[in-house]
Amino acid sequence: MVNTAVTLCGLPLENPVIPASGTFGYGYEFAQIYDINCLGTFSFKGTTLTPRYGNPTPRIAEYAGGLLNSVGLQNPGVEAVIREELPRLREVFHKPVMANVSGFSIEEYAQVCRQLDGAEQVGWLEVNISCPNVHGGGAAFGADPRTAAAVTRAVRDVTKKPVIMKLSPAAADIAAVARACQEAGADGVSLINTLPGMRIDLKRRRPLLANGTGGMSGPGIFPLAVRMVYQVYEAVDIPIVGMGGVSTAEDVLELMLAGATAVGVGAANLVEPCACRKIIQDLPAAMERYGIQQLTDIIGGAHHG
Amino acid sequence: MKQVTWTITENMPLTPDTYRLRLTGDTEAITAPGQFVNLKLSGFYLRRPISVCDWEPGAATLIYKVLGHGTAAMTHLPAGTELDVLTGLGNGYNTSLAGERPLLVGGGVGIPPLYGLARRLTAEHRQVAAVLGYNRASDIFLAEELHALGVTVRLLTADGSAGTCGLVTDGMEGVNYTHLYTCGPEAMLHAVWQRCRTDGQFSFEERMGCGFGACMGCTCRTKYGHKRICKDGPVLRREEIVW
Repeated sequence: MVNTAVTLCGLPLENPVIPASGTFGYGYEFAQIYDINCLGTFSFKGTTLTPRYGNPTPRIAEYAGGLLNSVGLQNPGVEAVIREELPRLREVFHKPVMANVSGFSIEEYAQVCRQLDGAEQVGWLEVNISCPNVHGGGAAFGADPRTAAAVTRAVRDVTKKPVIMKLSPAAADIAAVARACQEAGADGVSLINTLPGMRIDLKRRRPLLANGTGGMSGPGIFPLAVRMVYQVYEAVDIPIVGMGGVSTAEDVLELMLAGATAVGVGAANLVEPCACRKIIQDLPAAMERYGIQQLTDIIGGAHHG
Repeated sequence: MKQVTWTITENMPLTPDTYRLRLTGDTEAITAPGQFVNLKLSGFYLRRPISVCDWEPGAATLIYKVLGHGTAAMTHLPAGTELDVLTGLGNGYNTSLAGERPLLVGGGVGIPPLYGLARRLTAEHRQVAAVLGYNRASDIFLAEELHALGVTVRLLTADGSAGTCGLVTDGMEGVNYTHLYTCGPEAMLHAVWQRCRTDGQFSFEERMGCGFGACMGCTCRTKYGHKRICKDGPVLRREEIVW
């Protein structure tokens, strides 16, 4: 029998598979399709201090390797999440959940995290300093090691829960940003968020997305994710949640060999609602195929020798 | 929602750019006219949302217009092809609000879901009228089939090449109806909304990511807050729509 269990920032995961924020809502739609308790955990929809509508539509475009989205952090705000979404989630998901947090100022990040710190169901805080679809927030904080460290410190001060900083592939030096987060007290990092892209409608001769640009996700960014997880693993000692275009159990193994302790699955959920369940079901056979007894044995395995 | 495999039994053009797809498979999850399905196509990452024209146990009919690469590729799918389908998506139309004389207003590729609706409304012994708008005579489809159900059909074309020359709003003039059901391009929906004198149900279209409420890709504003076209729609009540 192979062992798929891992430990992420001190909390055990039955397996390393984590639906990524923004592709899984607050879990409810998927819980109607399959028992989501098979997941390691999941990262819920990016939550801000106040409710947000997000960007105008169209918010979705396609490319050969996946999709682009410019949703823009639509969410009901942290109070509604704590009051309505978490109690509803409790009925269908019995493990600690990862709370994804976004903000437009350092104080806002801290305030949202402070409120979620009191939520018993929340196991980890994933702090998104890499959303490409909002102005004056998100990726602006993750582009530079100093601002990334400032957000990390502010969040670290208000919570005892593990803090995982979510990083942008658009940063000039993602390893430097990751190192700055570690030095500022982060318990982990997650990467990569989506990569800014654009499609143009030939008929209208205008960008297809109403927002102009959108974040690319899907299998087309998987090699970028592998490379960046590999680089960040060499730069930090804290655990990495690797993600970006993961679609199969083999992709999970590959990102773990690059250095990931756990693996996020994003776009795949949107085209295959049961993608994560299938990956989890396929994982033991894939491990046996590659002679892996314990998943923890292969974390960062591609770096040795 | 249910993930099923459907097999194509027919894929034939009704007009130069509008095709009818007949399929067999599990249709159990479809519970109301106006719902849609999301089709996985080989070579495309995202699924393609297509409204259900009609269904019965074990079989469904979809009518689609060639608008982009995905729908263009669909025209080449031969009978016998198996499709991975998410079925029973969206809320669909509520027939219980129809009253005695419901009016259906459809424009172009918005007409297909009105057929399944008309079949159920006529089965409920309501007097159904339909105003159908097309660009030109060669675009006309489903008008005869609706007539055959016993629906009083008013047909209009924008260029006057068939029926009355004009828009669907011209065709609504003088019709005495108890409830309005509509589907079509957004500009048409807005014009119909302004002209509508009763309660009504409006079916919207939007580019979608997942089609089942997870990604927030197709959100719109309503009087009752943000709604997802794919999950809380595609049908919205007249009074909640914010233009």
